[in-house]
Amino acid sequence: MFGFTRNRALAVAGALFWMLNGAASAAEITGAGATFPYPIYAKWADAYKKAAGVSVNYQSIGSGGGIKQITAKTVDFGASDAPMKAEDLERQGLIQFPAIMGGVVPVYNVKGLGAGEIRLSGALLADIYLGKVKKWNDAALAALNPGAKLPDKAISVVHRSDGSGTTFLFSNYLAKVSADWKSQVGEGTAVKWPTGVGGKGNEGVANYVARIDGSIGYVEYAFAKQNRLAHALLQNRDGQMVAPSDDSFKQAAAGADWAKTPGMGVILTDQRGKASWPITGASFILMHKTQGKPENGREVLKFFDWAYQNGQPMAGELDYVPMPDPVVKLIQSVWRAQIKDTSGKPVY
Amino acid sequence: MSAAQANRRIQFAPWKDVAFEWLTRAFALLVFSLLAAILIALVIGSQPTLAKYGPAFVASAEWDPVREEFGALVPIYGTLMTSLIAMLIGVPASFGIALFLTELSPAWLKRPLGTAIELLAAIPSIIYGMWGLFVFAPQFQAHVQPWLSERLSGWPVIGALFEGPPIGIGMLTAGLILSIMVIPFITAVMRDVFDLVPPMLKESAYGLGATTWEVVWRVVLPYTKVGVIGGIMLGLGRALGETMAVTFVIGNAHRLSASLLAPGNSIASALANEFTEAVGDLYFSALIELGLILFLITTIVLALSKLLLSSLTRGEGART
Repeated sequence: MFGFTRNRALAVAGALFWMLNGAASAAEITGAGATFPYPIYAKWADAYKKAAGVSVNYQSIGSGGGIKQITAKTVDFGASDAPMKAEDLERQGLIQFPAIMGGVVPVYNVKGLGAGEIRLSGALLADIYLGKVKKWNDAALAALNPGAKLPDKAISVVHRSDGSGTTFLFSNYLAKVSADWKSQVGEGTAVKWPTGVGGKGNEGVANYVARIDGSIGYVEYAFAKQNRLAHALLQNRDGQMVAPSDDSFKQAAAGADWAKTPGMGVILTDQRGKASWPITGASFILMHKTQGKPENGREVLKFFDWAYQNGQPMAGELDYVPMPDPVVKLIQSVWRAQIKDTSGKPVY
Repeated sequence: MSAAQANRRIQFAPWKDVAFEWLTRAFALLVFSLLAAILIALVIGSQPTLAKYGPAFVASAEWDPVREEFGALVPIYGTLMTSLIAMLIGVPASFGIALFLTELSPAWLKRPLGTAIELLAAIPSIIYGMWGLFVFAPQFQAHVQPWLSERLSGWPVIGALFEGPPIGIGMLTAGLILSIMVIPFITAVMRDVFDLVPPMLKESAYGLGATTWEVVWRVVLPYTKVGVIGGIMLGLGRALGETMAVTFVIGNAHRLSASLLAPGNSIASALANEFTEAVGDLYFSALIELGLILFLITTIVLALSKLLLSSLTRGEGART
């Protein structure tokens, strides 16, 4: 008798749990992928939970993982730092749209030279990372930096050891500005580095750069700023020496042709514009065009819509760059046109 | 025991014993099935690279994710080299510590020293990695590496091992951190087995006029060799598979370099670094095959230790 009632109690509890869980699932959406935008997605999610009561569970497992998870439909949205190719998107039935932008900056540790006191061109940066320019007082460096006291010291190259969107933007930029880099190394979230040591994550690279005298590395702008690493000035496509800043990232995004690029997969490196920072990039969100669970798809789009409208100050605090308004309008029209439920009705 | 109790026992015992036996057997079989499942999963996962490269995968130093050309030589070399350094330093040091603890230490020091060893073994590996990167590497870079490359650079063979700019991180640093990490493991096992030597044996040897060294070498070690080798293997297993601590200090560069001061890579740290962003079937499969190779290396090490032990026991009794 006792056993029977206990079983009944368990069954009731189980049913209750299941019901609660079922009710909760509509108020929770899940995403996974890129690590670069994780801080801002987490901050948005926190603020959105307070504003709308919907929790967004984002796991920064890496872009590769994000693509795998959204393809397998285990998450409501995926995130990738490198845009997927238009034909891959088509094959998987996915659409992508940019959510946030940021910049990658070269940082260095040379005694006596502070932030902005070393000027680099893209080709020179590529030659340093190819191991061709080995000393800080190399003639090519001296030519760009008249008056700077460049030491007779070996350049220690630091790169990322883990695959990352930061490396993708960096190698993509070098491949655009240096034919040697393009043929010998190429671009990708991980590449075959001709020289140097690898640090794990932005913090690993920052640590190595801070410790090794005569080193050069590359990190996300937010990371360089928060850790007060000395950043270099870079010569952009228009031949101007620019410093990394929110403004120079925005300038890079301003000239891009989002509407005409297939899948909105614009890579913002080496863009035109007098003030544009050459290593800028957007991070992308991936969703299925046909939403099996339209209520979840709707919640995802609501979240990003809210983030585009209200998330800009938070993005600024964390040194990310929000998407410009015309691009947001374009993204919203793509949502309406392409994300449908199984019966073909727009989800949002 | 009353008659009723005995009766119950006879009634209950048979099926309970049988059930218990089957239960434990199932647990034991679980070990085999897990091992087989892992092996099968690794082999299936590494099919693309196995099919493309075959055994040449092991001999190639190429690692180019952009062109999708992969080879395992660099991480294999890094794994073996760092473990070798760890063993070269760790084994003699552990032997000394265990010996001091069991044979020479004053009684009041035994407990605190033993506890300290156990505490060292309990520190998570990431702490060793952070300590290695933030504390050990800068000191090593500033004081030890320049000295090493200055003094040894002219020497044949050895000189090549210590060339290059001192950057603090690299294969040697990884090996040294590993040696610190394996010492508590090996020491703990050695101390426990040394303690098992019957005092009578040792006292007899002392009675015959043997020195402490002779007692240790002739009595304690032969008596405990199985346990000692087991302890060394435990340490080697940790060194081969260690991930986070090595990732922090090895430099993570897929380049083959003669110098121990140069950055390298190990299998475990390559996996930890690259798994998250490994896009593309071949890249992913290359990483899985690295895992398979680590699995095989560990198996070979274990098999070699068993061989060593059996040859040692065979020699027993032949010597006088």
